[in-house]
Amino acid sequence: MIFDSYRSGDSVLHRMAPGPKLLSLCVLGTLLFFFDEIWLAATAFAAVSMLYPLAGFGPAVILAQLRPVFWVFVLIVAAQLLFGDAAFGVVLALRLAALVLLAALVTLTTRSSEIVDALIRTLAFLRPLGVNPARVGLTISLALRFLPVLARITGEVREAQHARGHGGNPVATAIPTTVRTLKMAHEIAEAIEARGFDD
Amino acid sequence: MIQLDNVSLTLQDRPVLRDISLTLSERRIAIIGANGSGKSSLARLFNGLVLPTEGRVRVDGWDTAADGRKVRRAVGFVFQNPDNQIVMPTVAEDLAFGLKPLRLDADEQARRIDGALARYGLESHRDHPAYLLSGGQKQLLALAGVLVMDPAWIVLDEPTTLLDLRNVRAVLDAIAALDQRVVLVTHALEHIRDFDRVIVLDEGRVLADDTPGPAIARYLAALA
Repeated sequence: MIFDSYRSGDSVLHRMAPGPKLLSLCVLGTLLFFFDEIWLAATAFAAVSMLYPLAGFGPAVILAQLRPVFWVFVLIVAAQLLFGDAAFGVVLALRLAALVLLAALVTLTTRSSEIVDALIRTLAFLRPLGVNPARVGLTISLALRFLPVLARITGEVREAQHARGHGGNPVATAIPTTVRTLKMAHEIAEAIEARGFDD
Repeated sequence: MIQLDNVSLTLQDRPVLRDISLTLSERRIAIIGANGSGKSSLARLFNGLVLPTEGRVRVDGWDTAADGRKVRRAVGFVFQNPDNQIVMPTVAEDLAFGLKPLRLDADEQARRIDGALARYGLESHRDHPAYLLSGGQKQLLALAGVLVMDPAWIVLDEPTTLLDLRNVRAVLDAIAALDQRVVLVTHALEHIRDFDRVIVLDEGRVLADDTPGPAIARYLAALA
C-alpha cells in the first residue's frame, strides 16, 4: 500500500521533484498502450527495471512489486491463449508489469506528503471554484493514515463479536465499528483543530 | 497565565462546568476528579477547543472566544489516544503538519523536526508509518507534534491511560523534562505528588484547589 511504500534514499530519483515524476508516470504509462510489438513491450519492461538500481533498489524490490499481481499476469496470458494469441498475452503482461514497476518506483522514491503537496499545487487552479486544495490534500493524507487504523478497529470488533458467538453476523461487526469510527472521526477533528490547521 | 472568570459550560443541555474562576500560572498543575466531573471539558477550555457557555477564558491575555488562533499557538493539547491525534501517514510528516500554520522557512521547519525526533528517540522512525509505532512511541510523537509548535503551555488529557508501565514511565519522564507550563488531567494520583498545584473537580465544580497532599486527601475523602 502507498503508505508503506516509501524507502528513504539519496538517489537521483529520490531527489527529483514529485511533479515531474508523476507527469512521467502519466506520459510513459499512456505511451505503453500505443504499441503492440512484443519487443517494444519487453524493452519498456527492461528499461523500467533498470531504473531500480538507479534508485538503489535490487532485484528483490522489483520482485516484491510484481509478486502481488503475478496471478493477474498468468490470467492475462491464459485468457489470450484461449483466444489463440499467446504472443499478445505476453505483450499485455509485459505492459502491465512495466506500468506496475513504474508506478511503484514513484511511490518508493516519493514521500506520500510530497505527492499530496504536488496534488495541492496542481489543484490550485480550482480555488476560484471554491475548492480548497489544502483540504483535499488533508483528506487524502487522512485516508492514507487511517486506513490501517480502520482495518485494525474492524479486526478488533470482529474478534470481540466472535468471542461472544456472533462471528458470522456482519451487522454485529458493522454497528460497533461504525460507532467507534464516528467517535474516532470526532476526536481526529478535535486534534486537527487543536493543531491550528484552519488557522 | 490562564484565567477563567465565572466560567460555566453546558453541553447538550447538561451542565458540565459550573461557575468556575481560576488563575493558573504554576509550572505543574494537575486536574483530578471522578469520571464525568468535567476534567476533560475544563482542559479543552484552555486551548479553545470548547468555548464557555458563560464567563470568559483568557490565555496570556487572549480571549479563547475571540483570539482562537493565538490561543491555539500558546496552548498545545495532547489527547488521551495518540492514534487519533497523529493525523499524517508518517512520523516526520505528522511533525510537519503542526508547523504548517506557523509558515516557518524550510530550515527552521527541518531544525524543529530534527530536534523533536532526536529528543524522543524517533530519528530512526522518521519515514516510518505512524501506525507501526508502539503505544508509547505514538504518545511521544503526539507530544513532539505539539512541542514543535513551541507553545507556552501544554495541556495533556490522560496521556498515560492507554499505556503499559514502561511507556507510562517514558511519557512521564518526557513530561517532567518539559520547559513549558504543564496542565495534566489524570486519574493516576501517584504521578502528581510533586506538582505545584492540584485542582479537584466534582460534578463540574472545584472541590479543592491546593498543593498535592491536601488536595488529594480531600479527593479521597470525597470518594470514601
